[in-house]
Amino acid sequence: MTEPTTMKRQPTDWKSPDMVQRIKRRYAAERRFKAMGMVAILISVAFLAFLLISMASNGARGFMRTDVRLPIDFPASTLMVDPASFKGSSDDVDQLLAGLDFEGPVAAAAEQAYGAEGGALLADSAWLIVRDAIKADPTLLTRKAELWVPASSDVDIAYKGEGEKPMRDRVAAMKQAGQVTSGFNLGFLTGADATDPTIVGIWGAFKGSLLTMIVTLLFAFPVGVFSAIYLEEYAPRNRWTDLIEVSINNLAAVPSIIFGLLGLAVFLGLFPTLRSAPIIGGMTLALMTMPVIVIAGRNAIKAVPPSIRDAALGIGASPVQVVFHHVLPLALPGILTGTIIGMARALGETAPLLMVGMRAFISAPPASFTEPATVLPVQIFLWSDEVSRGFVEKTSAAIIVLLVFLLAMNGLAIYLRNRFETRW
Amino acid sequence: MTNTQDTSTLKMTARNVDIFYGDKQAIKNVSIDVSMEHVTAFIGPSGCGKSTFLRTLNRMNDTISSARVTGDIRLDGEDIYSSSMDVVQLRARVGMVFQKPNPFPKSIYENIAYGPRIHGLATGKSEMDQIVEKSLKRAGLWEEVKDRLQDSGTALSGGQQQRLCIARAIAVDPEVILMDEPSSALDPIATAKIEELIHELRGRYAIVIVTHNMQQAARVSQRTAFFHLGTLVEYGETSDIFTNPREEKTKDYITGRYG
Repeated sequence: MTEPTTMKRQPTDWKSPDMVQRIKRRYAAERRFKAMGMVAILISVAFLAFLLISMASNGARGFMRTDVRLPIDFPASTLMVDPASFKGSSDDVDQLLAGLDFEGPVAAAAEQAYGAEGGALLADSAWLIVRDAIKADPTLLTRKAELWVPASSDVDIAYKGEGEKPMRDRVAAMKQAGQVTSGFNLGFLTGADATDPTIVGIWGAFKGSLLTMIVTLLFAFPVGVFSAIYLEEYAPRNRWTDLIEVSINNLAAVPSIIFGLLGLAVFLGLFPTLRSAPIIGGMTLALMTMPVIVIAGRNAIKAVPPSIRDAALGIGASPVQVVFHHVLPLALPGILTGTIIGMARALGETAPLLMVGMRAFISAPPASFTEPATVLPVQIFLWSDEVSRGFVEKTSAAIIVLLVFLLAMNGLAIYLRNRFETRW
Repeated sequence: MTNTQDTSTLKMTARNVDIFYGDKQAIKNVSIDVSMEHVTAFIGPSGCGKSTFLRTLNRMNDTISSARVTGDIRLDGEDIYSSSMDVVQLRARVGMVFQKPNPFPKSIYENIAYGPRIHGLATGKSEMDQIVEKSLKRAGLWEEVKDRLQDSGTALSGGQQQRLCIARAIAVDPEVILMDEPSSALDPIATAKIEELIHELRGRYAIVIVTHNMQQAARVSQRTAFFHLGTLVEYGETSDIFTNPREEKTKDYITGRYG
């Protein structure tokens, strides 16, 4: 106390110009801060909206297919086969069909209907539709018929208003004549990869992703949760557990391509015949997901109040009973959230899967965990690399499918979290 | 240090107990007896080690890896730190009620039934129902909760939660009940109910209670132990300690000079 006791403190003048100025500056600072926050939100919303709108507008067209009307006079065509021979088992029929040349008659029919370059209007796979139609109804062979077959990429693009002018005019004319039509491409959702963009499908890659995710979950979840429980509840605190903790944290930050090399060296080294199989891809991704689950699990377990452990120990619960009856149920929502975040990251991962051979061209959906497969992000990567213009919108459509898959997973996470949280 | 010389049934005995947290000694050479049908109160200023000592009586300190106990603590003549003593069973026999009410985030019924279930004390639903009802009645909570046994235990008021915790401890049929400042987080009315409950429970169990509140020790206990800086300064009949303390330190503490 250096001030003299005689000096009296002046009462604060809350209305002085200085004070008024200070209040003004404070309000201005508040307004600036609010405005900056709103600008930040607007920018992020704008980016998101731009992404979604461009994806949706491009991708929506990927779900549509253009068909061309193809009149074929079967009796007059070079397809010389007796409809009566379509009897017997379906294997016999398949064998019979396999021996026939459909491409020639289909091209001839197209030229007859649409002029010299008529064959170019049809997709390379158009003859498949003709073959399937005959298989379904052999009596077609005895008469003139009209079939709707997939249009070539050029026609498809022109129908959607893009591409070169002469083709656009041609297609517009055909549309007037009712010779082309467009509809929802169910084949895109049910088919697998192909060289012809008009008949590619996403189901193969989707199923590959699904199988890979199942493997990842089966390996990463138990290992991650049990590691988290052991480290939090049982492990002594010493240099070794510190080392393990640091290693796990580092593991979560390792670039994913490194995990791919690890999977290549270890898993494919052990099981060379399983190249491209979902089980190998899933195990590789499990390596990547496991540290995320361990970290989330440890945090969730740490967040369970110690008083609950005391209460259970205090009435004579063994450590295992404390963990499984009390700690784990309370930590489960947090663990599930962490798991889904890790799984979502794994779902979008491309690089490590390229290393274990999941970038192969797979034209049939995988039937089991050990069959060659590809996954959605890798499929997107492969299609985006294609030269043919038809693949551009297919790429966008595949991205939409991937995003829907991700949203569904996150929705499941939220549902599970709420369900387990309301229980107590 | 003094011991009471009477004929009541000895339940627990502690002889020359030292407790260390790492290098720091928290309890120095404490010897004490706990008798059936008596309430023994531990009093003393904050940090004097009374809670630490209480928690060694059912080995709750085992959960702290740096804690180390030497000396001899016996329950019915059996060394509780010997390798033949199962710590899980010990904690069922020596129950504990904590400072902050800590019911499980489950139904009231589940809170009580959990202990008997893991120890296999009930063979059927009806027997379990009986245990739950009996425990809640003894804890004086039955009338308040009998119509909502399926409600969450955490939805009760603080005082009710603490009585639920006492009922939970009673349900596994312990011999000793340790209470670590059971009413310090409660309002005066809830505190009065807890004290009343301690009075009623006294006839069946040996009760050890740690309290900051000297009036509470005087009201509920028959014996009082005064701890200071990790040593047991004085231990005797509660009436003697509060009216005629032998040690100067005890007198200073109970007259409010420090603490």
